[in-house]
Amino acid sequence: MSKNKLLIPLLAVLLGFVSGAIVMLITGHNPIEAYSALLKGAGFYGNIKRLGDTLLNTTTLILTGLSIAFAFRTGLFNIGVPGQMLMGGFIAVLIGAKLSYPAAIHVPLAVIGATVGGACWAFVPGILKARFRIHEVVSGIMMNYIAMWSVYYFVPVLIPGNFNTESRPIIQTASLRTEWLSAIFKGSYVNSGLFIALFCVVLVWWILEKTTFGYELKSVGFNIHASKYAGMKVNRNMILSLMIAGALAGLAGATFYIGYADNIKIGMLPSHGFDGIAVALLGLNNPFGVLLAALLFGFMNAGRLFMQSATNVPNELVPIIIAIIIFFAATSLMLQTWLQRVEKLVKRNGDK
Amino acid sequence: MWDILTSIVPLAIAYTAPLLIIAMGGLFSERSGVVNIGLEGLMGVGAFAAAYTMLTAAPSMGPSSVYLGLLAAALAGGVFSLLHAFASVTMRSDQVVSGTAINILSAAITVFLARSLTGSANVQIAGLIKDNVPVLSKIPVIGPLLFGNAYSSTYIVLLIVVVSWYVLYYRPFGLRLRACGENPQAADSLGINVQRMRYIGVAISGIYAGLGGGIVIATYSWEFSPLVYSGLGFLALAALIFGKWNPWGVLGASLFFGLAKTVADMSKLFESLNNLPNIFFNTFPYIVTLIALVLFSKNAAGPKAAGEPYDPGKR
Amino acid sequence: MDYIIEMLNIRKEFTGIVANDNITLQVKKGEIHALLGENGAGKSTLMSILFGLYQPDKGVIKVRGKEVKITNPNIANELGIGMVHQHFKLVHNFTVTENIILGIEKTSNGRIDIKAAAAKIQELSNRYKLFVDPHAKIEDISVGMQQRVEILKMLYRDADILIFDEPTAVLTPQEIIELMGVIRSMAAEGKTILIITHKLKEIKAVAENCTVISKGKSIATVDVAETSQERLAELMVGRKVSFKVEKQPAKLGEEAFRLENVNVMNHRGIHAVKNVSLSARQGEILGIAGIEGNGQTELIEAITGLRKAESGKILIKGADISNMDVRKRSESGLGHIPEDRHKYGLVLDFTLEDNMILENYYKEPFSKGGILNRDKIRSYADNLIKQFDVRSAQGPITKARSMSGGNQQKAIIAREVDRSPSVMIVAQPTRGLDVGAIEYIHKRLLEERDKGKTIILFSLELDEILNVSDRIAVMFNGEIVGIVNADDTNENELGLMMAGGRRNTDE
Repeated sequence: MSKNKLLIPLLAVLLGFVSGAIVMLITGHNPIEAYSALLKGAGFYGNIKRLGDTLLNTTTLILTGLSIAFAFRTGLFNIGVPGQMLMGGFIAVLIGAKLSYPAAIHVPLAVIGATVGGACWAFVPGILKARFRIHEVVSGIMMNYIAMWSVYYFVPVLIPGNFNTESRPIIQTASLRTEWLSAIFKGSYVNSGLFIALFCVVLVWWILEKTTFGYELKSVGFNIHASKYAGMKVNRNMILSLMIAGALAGLAGATFYIGYADNIKIGMLPSHGFDGIAVALLGLNNPFGVLLAALLFGFMNAGRLFMQSATNVPNELVPIIIAIIIFFAATSLMLQTWLQRVEKLVKRNGDK
Repeated sequence: MWDILTSIVPLAIAYTAPLLIIAMGGLFSERSGVVNIGLEGLMGVGAFAAAYTMLTAAPSMGPSSVYLGLLAAALAGGVFSLLHAFASVTMRSDQVVSGTAINILSAAITVFLARSLTGSANVQIAGLIKDNVPVLSKIPVIGPLLFGNAYSSTYIVLLIVVVSWYVLYYRPFGLRLRACGENPQAADSLGINVQRMRYIGVAISGIYAGLGGGIVIATYSWEFSPLVYSGLGFLALAALIFGKWNPWGVLGASLFFGLAKTVADMSKLFESLNNLPNIFFNTFPYIVTLIALVLFSKNAAGPKAAGEPYDPGKR
Repeated sequence: MDYIIEMLNIRKEFTGIVANDNITLQVKKGEIHALLGENGAGKSTLMSILFGLYQPDKGVIKVRGKEVKITNPNIANELGIGMVHQHFKLVHNFTVTENIILGIEKTSNGRIDIKAAAAKIQELSNRYKLFVDPHAKIEDISVGMQQRVEILKMLYRDADILIFDEPTAVLTPQEIIELMGVIRSMAAEGKTILIITHKLKEIKAVAENCTVISKGKSIATVDVAETSQERLAELMVGRKVSFKVEKQPAKLGEEAFRLENVNVMNHRGIHAVKNVSLSARQGEILGIAGIEGNGQTELIEAITGLRKAESGKILIKGADISNMDVRKRSESGLGHIPEDRHKYGLVLDFTLEDNMILENYYKEPFSKGGILNRDKIRSYADNLIKQFDVRSAQGPITKARSMSGGNQQKAIIAREVDRSPSVMIVAQPTRGLDVGAIEYIHKRLLEERDKGKTIILFSLELDEILNVSDRIAVMFNGEIVGIVNADDTNENELGLMMAGGRRNTDE
């Protein structure tokens, strides 16, 4: 049975790439060339800098994936990740641009600010769900746009930059980039956010598997009625769970806006939020699965621009493949049933 | 004052129209029992289809290429929505996840095709022209407000809304569709094909949402680019919830949001409003929806069976 | 011998389970034919096949002598077959009329003709004495009226073969008598009636013939008049069944449980429990009888802490728990076995061992400082599994979902009993279980009672209440209308009280 469970993500990925190949063939491109350019752009042919870029992309995706996976395990769909990531990132940039401290203080301060910012932003859908039973998807979507327009307003007011579509840059003492890391990866923007992300993978696993808190969260996610009957404080757990998910998303914001970037651009929601959904699904909501899935999407995102310039295949092919993968992963229930039927058929024929 | 009104009202109506039709699409889908978060993506596909059709047909067809574009938009949205129907109804997957996949796919595929087919991610066309409706716009007071500087597409939308309301509440098809969204087991036991009904509900949402996207392109934005319409699909979802899954409620909610967006845009032009920070206008519809959800939280439930895949095995 | 319905050698399999194994059923026109079997025996499946909800894997169906394939309910309707479901299939926010005409709406100019429909419904309603309010919404009408709507749904479609699936589960004894009358008059008019039930008394009251089904096979078809209830039960279960359970006389101790003037509102703001006062002593089983929907659920929720009582006091061994939350009440000596084991009793996607610690996971030795101690959890689960004979495919790591109903219930009972609560609230403990499991659970409950515990047993099955309880309280309309000794009363008296007839309370 668990063999089948692992098969689903692999199948979904395979089908995604096959579909991508079909799309390319239809539009007159060569899939093999394109995929190999994708790999090259991601550093798999030995380019250390590009490999660093893969890890860079992976970093943010691990965190958004963890955020969504964690919330899913507790029965909640945290579609508010983009907004939480944006708010977290905004707070980090604010701290990074407006305050001045030595790096040993500045960086942790900004990171903590991002974490708290994300958690607070997720508090709203949490309490709306707990008190008023409002679906977290609806409130999450609303909060996404409130976040986007809030940042749109506050950046020009508080930390205006050279263009009116972005903020001014952070002081370098706040950046997550470090000299030795950038040196190893020959100039890639990969940063200590990577270590934060990896730490979070282990942390999430530990919380879910080893603590009574994780036990309660899973219980609420599986069966809210039995959890109430067992005396668990269901509402409090829901809120806490979303806040933790929000904190992870806020961290993602830090890794992006003060790790990869130096400032924040206004008027858009970061796409890593929605990509996180794909990562969580593919990773079967398991922290280590999320790590692997993030790696996959990380390399795809790292290589896409190179692919476009090398083969003229539009780089939007990558989100297309990602969406198709989500599609197949989402229909996994049926795939599972089909696989079971195939198994039975094989067995029956084997017995004859 | 009058001048302000005659500039605001027609513009508000122009903003409302696509929002309204997309929300109506969402209504059909949810009423049949399928949650459709993918309205945003369906609208995007429609917008692209409209822009591309208008671009390629304009040289040969002239101004009427716009209507061909709208038709293409509706068709594109309808066909694309079948993906969501297949995933949600036949494969019984999580409807919210499937809808999200539609959004990602649409955003990517439209820009991909735009780049492949036209060489750039933005497509520019010549759309509908605003004009005064003959006769009706001469009616004192309401004439210039409702029928002046209007787009023909607005009236198409209103017609669709009225027909939809009638069908939903007065024809057997509507009764059966709503039954599928409230208690699919009951509908099934009376011989109604729940799967087929839900496919139809989702397809209608695709057609309407696609048309909405096309209208955006054809009316107030003569350019296809993702930034133009981003967020409209989610706003339509908010209007649907705010309007309590009822055609007239949705009409009211859409008008409300359309007005809000208009005031936001116009605030740059009017002294009295110019001083308010733009954040108020931009976040207004979303905050209002949240407040409405809290106030109406007792009745905030949509169709009872919406969001749950129907499993015939569990009869 | 002309049969109106023949189901010959029907086989139906769902993944892994053979629901119908070579069943043959033959019914004559105008006959009232009962299908008797335990929960899960396969009778509902068989009738669902007749109604077109499922298709048989093998076998032939003949209606009025002609072979037919009933692929969906519409075809069944065209053949004149209609079904009144056990769990009503009604759209809650549609009106009575809309529910009845759904799927065969008459139209004028394409528009639904509500007036013509309402007129026909009125006519049917008068003819069969099935009173309904055509314009009321389903969510606003009583359960009895809802059932009448279900019946009218079939009559509206000119059904003359009617299938009733467990029709009396939600009715008061008086309503049951009315329903039997309606059924008899329909048969007299030439309609053929099939009743699915496990209630022996009702079969004896109204059926002519009875086919007994057990574990997917048809065991026998008997003439009801010539067969005793005991014989019917024996056929149903496969061995001699004792209806009485071995019970020692009660050894009563001090008062352990008391309710004083408890009032509870339900989620619609209506008083579901009105001024209820009860008490029970150590070593006693107090049964609470009543038809579903008379406040029992709300009372249980108020006692266990899931719902706050409007007013009144709840005391366990003298301690007032009225204002404590669920966990505190649990720790004060209150245990409970919930009525819906899948919804409230277990987390089906957890393993068996994780379910065993559902009430205790936060305490030592199972966890310390918020960290779970897996070893201790495993040994605890192993212990309980052995003690209570809980069977599962892989022992403690089995997912609860894959266990049988009886073993799931055993697991819940194991968990609760091992905590040794002074007072146990037990709700519908044997719902959906086979006779063997039922016997086991009753024995277990009596064991606890003999150890000096107090058990408050809520059940909809009068037989269970009469067998197991020492004293019986009857709830009607949110009030306690009578408290009697189990030995001094019988079903008729209880039935009367359950329908609202009063008897002096002993307290």
